[in-house]
Amino acid sequence: MTTDILFDLKGVKKSFTRGKETIKIFDGLDMQIKQGDFLAIMGPSGSGKTTLLNMLGGVDQPSSGEVWFDGARIDSLSEGQLSKWRANNIGFIFQFYNLMPMLNAARNVELPLLLTNLSAKQRKQSVETALQLVELADRAAHLPKELSGGQQQRVAIARAIVSDPKLLLCDEPTGDLDRHTADEILEMLQLLNEKFGKTIVMVTHDPSAASYAKRTLHLDKGEFVEKDLAA
Amino acid sequence: MTKLLNILALVAKYGGLLVTLPIWLPFWIIWFIFEKTGINRLIANFMIATGLYLTFKNLFRKPLRLGLTCFAIMIAFLIFSVVTTLKTALNAGVELSADNRLVVVNSINFTQPLPYAYVNKVKAIEGVKDVVHMNWFGGYFQEPSQQIVTMAVDPENYLKVYEEVVIDDEARARWFGNRRGMLIGRALATAFGWKVGDLIPMSSNIFSNREGGHVWEMEVSGIFDGRDEQFGTNFAVFHYKYFMETQTFGGDWVGWLTLTTADPALNEKVAKAIDEEFSNSQAQTDTSTEKAFNKAFIEQIGNIGLMIFGIVFTAFFTILLVVGNTMILAIRERTGEIATLKTLGFSARSIFGMILTESMLLAFIGGFAGLGLAYVMVEGAKTFLAQFLPGLVLSDAVAMQAIGFMVLLGLVTGLVPALNAYRLNIVTAFSRR
Repeated sequence: MTTDILFDLKGVKKSFTRGKETIKIFDGLDMQIKQGDFLAIMGPSGSGKTTLLNMLGGVDQPSSGEVWFDGARIDSLSEGQLSKWRANNIGFIFQFYNLMPMLNAARNVELPLLLTNLSAKQRKQSVETALQLVELADRAAHLPKELSGGQQQRVAIARAIVSDPKLLLCDEPTGDLDRHTADEILEMLQLLNEKFGKTIVMVTHDPSAASYAKRTLHLDKGEFVEKDLAA
Repeated sequence: MTKLLNILALVAKYGGLLVTLPIWLPFWIIWFIFEKTGINRLIANFMIATGLYLTFKNLFRKPLRLGLTCFAIMIAFLIFSVVTTLKTALNAGVELSADNRLVVVNSINFTQPLPYAYVNKVKAIEGVKDVVHMNWFGGYFQEPSQQIVTMAVDPENYLKVYEEVVIDDEARARWFGNRRGMLIGRALATAFGWKVGDLIPMSSNIFSNREGGHVWEMEVSGIFDGRDEQFGTNFAVFHYKYFMETQTFGGDWVGWLTLTTADPALNEKVAKAIDEEFSNSQAQTDTSTEKAFNKAFIEQIGNIGLMIFGIVFTAFFTILLVVGNTMILAIRERTGEIATLKTLGFSARSIFGMILTESMLLAFIGGFAGLGLAYVMVEGAKTFLAQFLPGLVLSDAVAMQAIGFMVLLGLVTGLVPALNAYRLNIVTAFSRR
């Protein structure tokens, strides 16, 4: 069943133990994300932003509660099933780019496509398109160390969108960039959302970064605080 | 001056290319064919699709570390291959012994002779096929330092009992028909440059002849080869009759008997029958299989097997620690990258496979380099040592053992880092950074 609700979190609880202490992150969190949304999540350190992002990306699972994605429940999937699910549906953009240092830009972008059944020719075409979209086609053969921070993040964006996922998850995507470069990256995310209909969830500390999103949610101590700026 | 230096640089560059032509030309030709036929692209696509591309990229990302680790592995396999080849060469006599061959020696020890009459008595025992009597001549050529393993034998029976001695019919007939004829092995002929028809003054450091000297003149009737490459051909055999007729003492005695049985299953029964036959005689016998006899002879030097095991184990254990440690450090450095790959959707199993493949490749690159170097060394030393260590050859069995150890090394050193990567939790890995 396909609805316009892409993500639906129902009564999600998450806690972990540190030594003998049990730390509660979420205690019954409910949340919905619609298709085509551009959501910024803000909040102080330890508020649960990254944990929420990890659960949305299927790299972390709730202690209890339900996580639904596009009409299918994902919190009960095995690790192997989640790997496939991530490869098919999610594009990740990290604060520190997380590119493979020994691979050039084109090969880095190609990585998610290695998990598909595309032919070498199709992969090459997709990589070229993705790099053109982030305006780095002329840097395809460059290694990450030969690129600036902004260029590396654009390669990371190309890698995130190359397999045409439904959702982009961005963890502080401009946290390591100067203002001007950060604006370029955010404009690119905005373009992906508005022109290509990508649903984007972005965790950020930066209010000006959040201003590019359609709406912003504030997390504090594992709960959303009503400060929906764009609504 | 600058012009001269430029010319010298050009000469060095193109001279170097020219000198190394035999090494790079075959690779260039292969690359050229692959490039023109599109095989290169197929291989590249295969490697990318299977993840081998990532494995190779990871393996070669730190060339110095790779080089040093491969060098360590190469040394280990060089030691293993050379030392095991030496052991095999030393044991060649044991390994190549025929299953149905027995040796009868004087029970006091094998340097004491046996009466000639024993030959026919042994031949009459049920289960005995052929018998040859042999006498140690103590031969040397020109100088006592140039010792040659030389034995006086009964020619016809010798070739019946030792079927692995290969000569053509012409040489066989020539030897049987020439009382002073001598049959020499290929290694011996090569070492001294002897050929058929040469007259060789062979000296003995034990016996004297009736002319008052220690030199017997012998003629090379034929040069034999071994049926197996490891069969030592560094000795000579000549007519017992010629020896008996010309020597001054020890007549009607033989050094020992070697016999074949009709069936290896009869060995024990025949050996018992022989020893019982002579149990009340002046010269009691001790009969054993040739394999057991040769093994006991070799073990007089010491427990070679234990020595070899000690060397190889020490080398391997050290290398195992070095390579294992290198692999663990290399994978730990890549924790973030592994977490990223897992986040992108690479399964834990595929990452496990990539890391294990990487450690296997490391073991194979170093291992095959060591094995290749050992082959070159053994081939180089083979001719030089043929006189002292016949059968020095890096056998298929040693190569297979080495390959087996490469697999083992790759598995043992790669398993822990591969398991760590398999179990790596993405959230924990990112939170560590």
